[in-house]
Amino acid sequence: MEPLTRIQREARPESMLINMGPSHPAMHGTLRIMLELDAEKILNAECEIGYLHRGFEKTCENKTYFNLLIYTDRLNYVSPLINNLGYVMTVEKMMGVTAPERAQLIRVLMSELSRVSDHLTCLAAMAMENGAFTVFLYMMKAREFIWDVIEFTTGARMTTSYIRIGGVRADLHPDWRGSLATAVRETRKVLKDVSGLLDKNSIFLGRTRGVGVMSKEDALSYGWTGPCLRSTGIPYDVRKAHPYLVYDRLQFEVPVGECGDNYDRYSVRMREMEQSLRLLEQVAALIPDAAPLGGGPAIEPAEALARSRLQRADERVRLSPNLEGSEKERLPGLTAPDPLVGVPAKEDTYTTMEGLISHFLFFMSGKGIRPPKGDVYFSVEGGNGEVGFYIVSDGTDKPYRLHLRAPCFHIVSALEQLIKGRFVADVIPTFGSMNMIGGELDR
Amino acid sequence: MGQEILIEAIRAKLGPAVEGIADSYGDLVLILRPEAVRSALAALREMPFDYAVLLDLTCVDFAAGQGRLELVYHLYSLSRNVRLRLKASLPAADPAVETLVGLWKNAEWLEREVFDMFGVRFEGHPYLRRLLTYEGFEGHPLRKTYPWRLGQPRLPLKDDV
Amino acid sequence: MSGLSFLTTRLETALGWGRKFSLFHYPFITACCGMEYMSAACAHFDIDRFGAGLTRFSPRQADLLLVVGTVPHKLGPVLRTVYDQMLEPKWVIAFGACAVSGGIYQNYAVVQGIDRIVPVDIYIPGCPPRPEMVLDGLLKLQDKIQHQKQDWRWARKS
Ligand code: SF4
Repeated sequence: MEPLTRIQREARPESMLINMGPSHPAMHGTLRIMLELDAEKILNAECEIGYLHRGFEKTCENKTYFNLLIYTDRLNYVSPLINNLGYVMTVEKMMGVTAPERAQLIRVLMSELSRVSDHLTCLAAMAMENGAFTVFLYMMKAREFIWDVIEFTTGARMTTSYIRIGGVRADLHPDWRGSLATAVRETRKVLKDVSGLLDKNSIFLGRTRGVGVMSKEDALSYGWTGPCLRSTGIPYDVRKAHPYLVYDRLQFEVPVGECGDNYDRYSVRMREMEQSLRLLEQVAALIPDAAPLGGGPAIEPAEALARSRLQRADERVRLSPNLEGSEKERLPGLTAPDPLVGVPAKEDTYTTMEGLISHFLFFMSGKGIRPPKGDVYFSVEGGNGEVGFYIVSDGTDKPYRLHLRAPCFHIVSALEQLIKGRFVADVIPTFGSMNMIGGELDR
Repeated sequence: MGQEILIEAIRAKLGPAVEGIADSYGDLVLILRPEAVRSALAALREMPFDYAVLLDLTCVDFAAGQGRLELVYHLYSLSRNVRLRLKASLPAADPAVETLVGLWKNAEWLEREVFDMFGVRFEGHPYLRRLLTYEGFEGHPLRKTYPWRLGQPRLPLKDDV
Repeated sequence: MSGLSFLTTRLETALGWGRKFSLFHYPFITACCGMEYMSAACAHFDIDRFGAGLTRFSPRQADLLLVVGTVPHKLGPVLRTVYDQMLEPKWVIAFGACAVSGGIYQNYAVVQGIDRIVPVDIYIPGCPPRPEMVLDGLLKLQDKIQHQKQDWRWARKS
C-alpha cells in the first residue's frame, strides 16, 4: 500500500477524486494529474511526473563527451538540434573553442528550423486536443517540409546528432536552398490557413481566452522562460539577452503577449514562427554556396590504400555516402581547427598512418575531448525556453556531472496552480499550450 | 552595477554568509555557508540585486573524495541581465538544508527532484516526496554509489536474468 | 469430414481478412518515437491506407496496442494495465528501439524491452523508425493476422 498523496490526504470527503493520465491522449503519455472535483469544478490538483525518467544525467556521467551527444537529441525530441547546440556550446565554452563562421550560420539555420518544428508540433497537438483536427493535419504537413530540409543535410529526420563539438558534422546538402525555399513557402501558407481557422474561431477562443491566466510575477516566480514567459508580456529571450552564434547580427523581433492566457501562448508561438522564418531567409542569404570539390575524380579507399604503399596518395578518396558533406576539403569551414575537438578527416584515417593514430587518439577511452577542470553553465533559447546545461568536469573524458535546466520542468510545475478553480475541460487547452515534452521534463 | 561594486555590495549585505567568491568562465560564483542559504537567497532576491528568477537548482556528489555534496543554485536578474551561481556544501552523510519554498514557487519541484536524486533533506518543505522515481524506490540514483544499471522494477518482469 | 475442414479454413481466411484490415489501434505514446508516429498517422504517410487509421483512445475499444517510445520502470504497471484492459483478439507492436529492447537507455530507469511486460507480435527497430518502416511493420502484422489461427467465439477452446 503506497502512502497517500497530498491530494488524497487533503480531499474533502464529499468531493470526487479523479485521475487523468498518464496514459491519456491529451497528457502526451507521461503526466498524471490527480483532480479533486466538485462536479465539473476543480477544487484541487496534483501533478505527478517522472513517467519518462530515463536516467539521462546518470547515463551522461558514464559516457564520453563525444558519445553522449546522442542522448541530448532525445531530450526535447521535437527540436533536437537546439539541444545539441546547447550541449555543444557548453563544452565549447569550457574548452575555449569557437566554431568557424560557416558552421555558426548553419547552426542558426538548424536552430530556427527546429524552433519552427517545435512550435508547429505544440500548436498542432494543442489544436487537436481542442477538437481542431484540420489544424493538426495542416501543421504536420508543414512539419514534413521542415524535416525534409533537415533530413537532406543531416541524414535523419529527428535524432540527427548533427551539431558537433567544434562545429557541425557535414556541409549542407547541395540542394538545400531549394528545399528550404519550399519549406518556408509551405509553412507560411499553413500559418496563414491556421490563423484563418483559429484566430477568430469562437470555440477555440472560448477555450483559450481568459483560461489559464498567468501573471508576470508568478511566471517569474515559477522560473518560466521562452514563449510562455513572453506570453505574459516579459520580453526575455536568450537570443537577445545573451546573444550567441550570430544572432546579434540578425534582425528579428521578440513577440510578447498581453495577459498570459492560453490564447496568448498560442499567438506568441504563431508570431514567433514568422520571426523564425524571417531569420531563416536572412541566414540563407548569408551562407555562401559551397565551392565544388577539387582534385579530379575520387578513387576508392582500397585503391588509395594500395597506392599509398608506394607513395602518399594525393587523390581525393571516395567516402561512403553517409559521410557526404564531411570531406576533408570541407572540414576547415565546418569544425574548429583544434585536433582534440573535431573528429579527424576520414580520408586520412583510411589512407595514412598518422590519420589512423589521430583517429584512435580521438576515440580511445581516456583520450579525446577533455575539458579542463571546473564547472560551467551555458544556455540557449530552445523551443520551450532557456535550455541550460550545467557541466562539472574533473579533467577526464567523461563529465563528472551533467545537469540539464529543462524549460518545461518549470512551466509544468505551474500547472497545478493554473487549473485550480477552473473546469475539467480547461485542463486540456492549458496543458496543451504549455508544450510539455516528456524527454525534457523527466530527463 | 560593475562587478567590483556588486561584489562589495553582496559582501556588505550578506556578511559572513559568504565563504568565498570565485569566477567561472565569466560567471560570478558565491560560496555560501549552508546554514545561511535561505536568508542569503532571500536577500539577493530583493533590490538592489534583484535576482528575481530561480533559474535552476541542482546538486553534485563529491562524496567519494571530499565527503560532501554541493548544492548549486542559479539565479537570474531580469533587470540587470546577469546570472549568479551559488554553491553550498553539505555533509554527504546526512545532508540537510533549509528550503526555499515560500521564496520561489518552482523551488518546490526543484527541491523534490534533488531530494529524489541525492537524498538531500530540505527542512521546512511542505511536501518532500520523490518526484521522478516512485514510492518504494530505494537509494538515490544520482549518488555516485548508486550502480548505473541497477533497475528496480515495480512489477515482476519476464525472463529477468 | 474434409468438407467441414474446408469450410473452417475458408471461414478462418475470411475472418483473418476482416481482422487485418480493421485494426483499431491504441497509441501508447511516451517519447520521441511519438513524433514519428504522428508523421506516420498524418497525411504524408497516411497509415489509414492500410486500414489502421482509426485511433481509439480507450484500450477497451482497441485491438492493436502500439507501444511507442521508452517505457521506464515507473510506467511499467500502466502499460500492463492498459494491455489487460484490451479485449481479445489483440496484438502488440513494439515501436522503436526503446520499446524493443530499451534502446540506448540501458540504465536503472528503463525496462529493457516491453516484451518483459506484455507479449509482442511485431518489433519495429529504429531510433526512431522511419514512417516507411512503420508501414512495413504494419503490413507484416497484417500478414501475421491473416495466417494465424483465428480464435472465434464459438470455437471450442482446448
Ligand atoms: S527508440 Fe529512440 S526515438 Fe524512439 S523513444 Fe527510444 S530513444 Fe526515442
